[in-house]
Amino acid sequence: MKQKTDVLQGTLALMVLRTLDVLGPLHGYGIARRIEQISGDLLAVNQGTHYPVMLKLENEGAVASEWGASENNRRARFYRLTKTGHKLLEAETRGWEQTAAIMARFFDVKAEDLS
Amino acid sequence: MRLLRRFLARLANFATRQQADQRLREEMEEHLAFLTAENLRNGMPPEEARRQAVLKFGAMGTIKEQCHAEQGLPFIETLLQDVRYALRLFAKSPGFAAIAVLTMALGIGATTAIFSVVDATLLHPLLYPHPAQLVKVEDDLPGINGAREVGISIPEWKDLEHSGIFQYVSLMGGGSANLTGSLQPERIAFFSVTPNYLATLGVKPELGRWFDPDDQTPGFTLDVLISDGLWKRAYGGDPHIVGKSLRLDNDLYRIIGVMPAGFHDPGRTTERRNTELWAASGFAAAPAPLPQRNSRLTLETVGRLKSGLTVAAAQSRLDALVASLQKQFPTDYPAQSAWRVRLVPLKESVVGGVRQSLILLLGAVTLVLLIGCVNVANLMLARASARGHEMAVRQALGAARARLVQQLLTESLLLSLAGGIAGLAILFGARGFLLQMIPESLPRLNDISIRWSVMLFALLASVAAGVMFGLVPAWQTSRTNLIHTLRQEGRGSKGSTEQTQTRRLLVITEFALSLVLMIAAGLLLRSFWDLFKVRLGFNPDHVMSVRLWLPVPNDPKTDIYGTPAQEAPFLRELLHRSASLPGVQEVALGSSAAIPLNHDRNSFPLILEGSGMQKEPPLIELRNVTPGYFHLLEIPLMRGRLFSDLDDARTPQVAVINEAMARMYWPNADPLGKRLRVRPADHTWITVVGVIADARTESLAGASIPQLYLSAYQSREKELAIFLRGQLNTAALPAQVHELVRSINPELPVFGAQTLDDALSASLSERRFSMEMVALFALTALLLAGLGIYGTISYLVSERAHEIGIRLALGAQRAEILEMVLRQGLRLALVGAAVGLVGALIVAHLMAGLLYGVRPTDPLTFVGVSTVLTAVALAACYIPARRAMRVDPLVALRYE
Repeated sequence: MKQKTDVLQGTLALMVLRTLDVLGPLHGYGIARRIEQISGDLLAVNQGTHYPVMLKLENEGAVASEWGASENNRRARFYRLTKTGHKLLEAETRGWEQTAAIMARFFDVKAEDLS
Repeated sequence: MRLLRRFLARLANFATRQQADQRLREEMEEHLAFLTAENLRNGMPPEEARRQAVLKFGAMGTIKEQCHAEQGLPFIETLLQDVRYALRLFAKSPGFAAIAVLTMALGIGATTAIFSVVDATLLHPLLYPHPAQLVKVEDDLPGINGAREVGISIPEWKDLEHSGIFQYVSLMGGGSANLTGSLQPERIAFFSVTPNYLATLGVKPELGRWFDPDDQTPGFTLDVLISDGLWKRAYGGDPHIVGKSLRLDNDLYRIIGVMPAGFHDPGRTTERRNTELWAASGFAAAPAPLPQRNSRLTLETVGRLKSGLTVAAAQSRLDALVASLQKQFPTDYPAQSAWRVRLVPLKESVVGGVRQSLILLLGAVTLVLLIGCVNVANLMLARASARGHEMAVRQALGAARARLVQQLLTESLLLSLAGGIAGLAILFGARGFLLQMIPESLPRLNDISIRWSVMLFALLASVAAGVMFGLVPAWQTSRTNLIHTLRQEGRGSKGSTEQTQTRRLLVITEFALSLVLMIAAGLLLRSFWDLFKVRLGFNPDHVMSVRLWLPVPNDPKTDIYGTPAQEAPFLRELLHRSASLPGVQEVALGSSAAIPLNHDRNSFPLILEGSGMQKEPPLIELRNVTPGYFHLLEIPLMRGRLFSDLDDARTPQVAVINEAMARMYWPNADPLGKRLRVRPADHTWITVVGVIADARTESLAGASIPQLYLSAYQSREKELAIFLRGQLNTAALPAQVHELVRSINPELPVFGAQTLDDALSASLSERRFSMEMVALFALTALLLAGLGIYGTISYLVSERAHEIGIRLALGAQRAEILEMVLRQGLRLALVGAAVGLVGALIVAHLMAGLLYGVRPTDPLTFVGVSTVLTAVALAACYIPARRAMRVDPLVALRYE
C-alpha cells in the first residue's frame, strides 16, 4: 500500500497556484481533483482544506473568484490566477527550485567529495 | 505589500461578515454535491455516496473555523468580545471600577500635568530654528577670585565673529527706558543688541525689516524693532507703524519692524523674556567705552555655531583661539588671570536652573502613579480571588492560559485608559487654576499647553500603567489551580497563599515608594523652613520699594542729571516730598540694586589702594544709597559711621562696606580709613568710613556676600528706588508716589512698586512650588499606602476569621489577637520602610542641590518620616485588627 504524505506547510498554496496556471480558471472541486490527480493520490489532504488556502490567496490578491456555471450546469465559484498571482508563482517556483537544488547536492554528496 | 493587501481585505471582510459566510457555505455545499455525484457515478448507493463525500471533504467545522479566521481579524474580534465582557463586569461592580478609574485618573492626570511643564521647558526650551546651534559665550577669569561671566570686549567679539566657529555672534545688554510718543508714556524693557541679533536667533520680523546683520555702525543706530505686544498696546496695532518715530529717554528713534507674536528673548528671567523693544548698537562708541581689549562690557554673548559643529568641537577650537590671543596680547591677558571662554548651550542657560526641580517633580509624580498602580493591582487581586471560580470554569472549558491573560489585561487596560481620559479631562478643566500655581520665574511659562506630545504621553502612561497593574493579577489569576478551586465550590473560593504573598509584596512596595517620596518632601520642607526662618539681617516689615529711572540720553550734554552735583538736588527734593506721604515714617533712596532680594547684579571692578594696578581686578557688588537707607532697613552699624547728608559732591567720596567685605579684603587690618576705587577710569579714591553688619539682601541662601555702599549724593545713579517705611496703604501708595514724581519731573515714569514681604515670598516661590508639589504627592502616596495596607490586612483577617475563632475558642485573649494582627501589619510596614530608606538615601543625595541648611542624610527627617509612616500603618491596621478581636468564635466556627 502506498504511504500517503502530509502536505508540507505552505506547499498547498503553491500547488493551487500552479494548477490554476496550467489549467486556467477552475472551481474549488476541480482544483481539489486536479491536485489529487497530479500528485498521484499520494497526498493525504482533505479536499475542504483547500478553502482556507484559497481564501488567503484571494485576500492577498493572487487569485480572483466569481460565480459561474460548471460543466454540468451547476452554480460554482471559479478561481483564476491574477497578475499578482503569476508573479507570486514565479517567485515561489524559483525559491522551490533553489531549495530543491540545494537539497539535491546534499543527497549526492559523498565523503570523498569533501576530503 | 502582500501582507498589507491581505490585511485590508480582511478588514473589509470584517466589516461585511454576513455575505462572506454565506458564500462559503454555498461553495462547500456545491463541493459536496460534486463529490456525491461522482460517488454516485461510481455506483455507490445515495446514502453511502453522501457519507464518503463528507469524509473526503474533511471536518467541516474546523475548515469553517479556519476560513473564518482567514477572512476576518480574529484578534480584534476577541478584543471586542473581551471589551464587551469587561464593560458588563464593571457595570456589575461599579464601586470597584470607579475607585480604579479615579485612582488612575489622579495618577495619570498629575503625571501628565507635570510632563506638560517638562515638555514646554526642558524638551522645547527654545523656539528658534536649529536651537542646538545656539550657544551662550561666557568669559571667565578664574585666576581672579574665581570671577565668572565677566563680560566681553569689542575686539574679542570681533575675534569670535571672524574665528570661523560661528555663523553669527551677537552681543546684547538689557535696560529699560521711558517710552513717550505712544498712546501713553510708559516704562518698557528694551534690549541693546548688535545688528546681527535676529540673524543669530534666526527669526524674521512680522512686519517691516530687521537690522542689517553686517551693519558696522560703532554706536547706536536710531532704528528699533518693537514687540507684537507693544505694537498692539501702545500703537493699537497700527498697520502703518513701520517708519514712524518713538521717543526713548527723550531720544528719537525710528520703528523699522514688528516682531512676531510668539517671539521672546532667550533670557532666563521673566523680565528679559518680556523685552519689548530692540535697538541696534555697535557698542564701540559713546556711551560705550573705547573698544579696547581691557574694557569689558557687561553684555551677554549669544552665538550660532556653524552648522555641523558640535559644542564640544567648537569649544576645543575656541580654546585654541584663546591660547593664541593670550600669546598675542600678553599684557591684556596676563597668565595669572587664566582667561578662558566657555560655550554653554543656550538651552542649558535658559532652563539649567530649574531642571533639577522639574526632574524631581516628574520623579515624585511618577512614584505617585506607581503607588496608584500598586493599589489598583491590589484591588484587582482581591477581585481575582473572588473570580477564581470563573477562571477555573473557563479553563476547564478549554480556554488557553494566554487567552485568559489577554482577557484580564483587556480589563485592566480598559480601566487605565478610562483613567487616562478622565485625567486629561480633569487637566483640561483645571488648567487655568493649575497654571496659576506655577511660579512666574519658571522659564517659558507662557508656552505650557496640552499639545499632542502631552496627549501622547498621557496615552503611553495609561497603557504602561494598565499593563503594570494588570499583568501580575492576570498572571496570578490565570494560574488558578483547577481542581482545587472547583472543589471548593460550596465554601466560596479563597485566594491561594501565593496571592496573599503577592498582596504582601505589593503593600511593601507601596510603603517603600511612599517613604522615598515623604523623605524627599520632608527634606524640601526643612530646607524651605530654614530659609523662611533664616536671620535676614534686615527688617522687611512695613517697607515698600518703588522704582524710577532717570533717562540716559545718548548725548551726555543733554543729560540734566549728568553729574552727582546735578542729580543730588533732585534726590533731596524727592526724599523731602516722599516723607510727607500719608503713613510714611521713614524714607530713603538707593539704586534699584539696593532693593533686597531683587536679584539685580551690579558688580564693579574693585581696586584697593596699595595693591598695585591689577589687570583684572575682582568684582564687588555696589549700591548707592542715601544716609537713611541703613536705618530704614534696620541694618546695624558695627564700626565707624554711616553716610550723612553732608557727604555730597563737594566733599571727599566715602564708602560703607559690610562685614563680609571687610573680612575678605582686610582680614587682619582695620578697614576704616582704607581707600579704594570702583572703576578703573575714575581717579578719585574713596575712603571707607563705616562697616555694617551682614544682611541677606542679595539672596536668602547667601549669608555673607561682600557689598560696597556709596553715598547716592556722590554718584550718578540712574536706576533708582524709593524706600518707604510706615503704616502704608500699599494699594494707594504707588499712585501717590507717581503723582509726587510727576510734580517734580513729569517725564519720569514710576514702576515696580512692591512690599519687601512680597519680594521675600517671591524669592522663595520656586522653592515653595516644588516643596508644595512634592508634599502634595507625598501625602497622596501616604493615603494610598494607608488604604493599601488597610485593604490587605482586612483581607487577611477575613481569611483567617476561622483560625481566629479557633484561637479564641481555645482560650486566646482578645488583646493577643489584636496584637497578632497589628504585628502582621507592622511587619509589612517596617520591611517596606527599610527598603524605602535605601531608595530615599539615593534620592536625597541626587537632590542635594535643591536643599538648603539640611544635609541629605538629615536624621530628624529620616526618623520623623519613618515614624509617621509606621503610625499610619498601625492606624490603618487597627480597624481590621479590632474586627479580628471581635470575631465571635461561635459564628466563625459555624461556617465550617
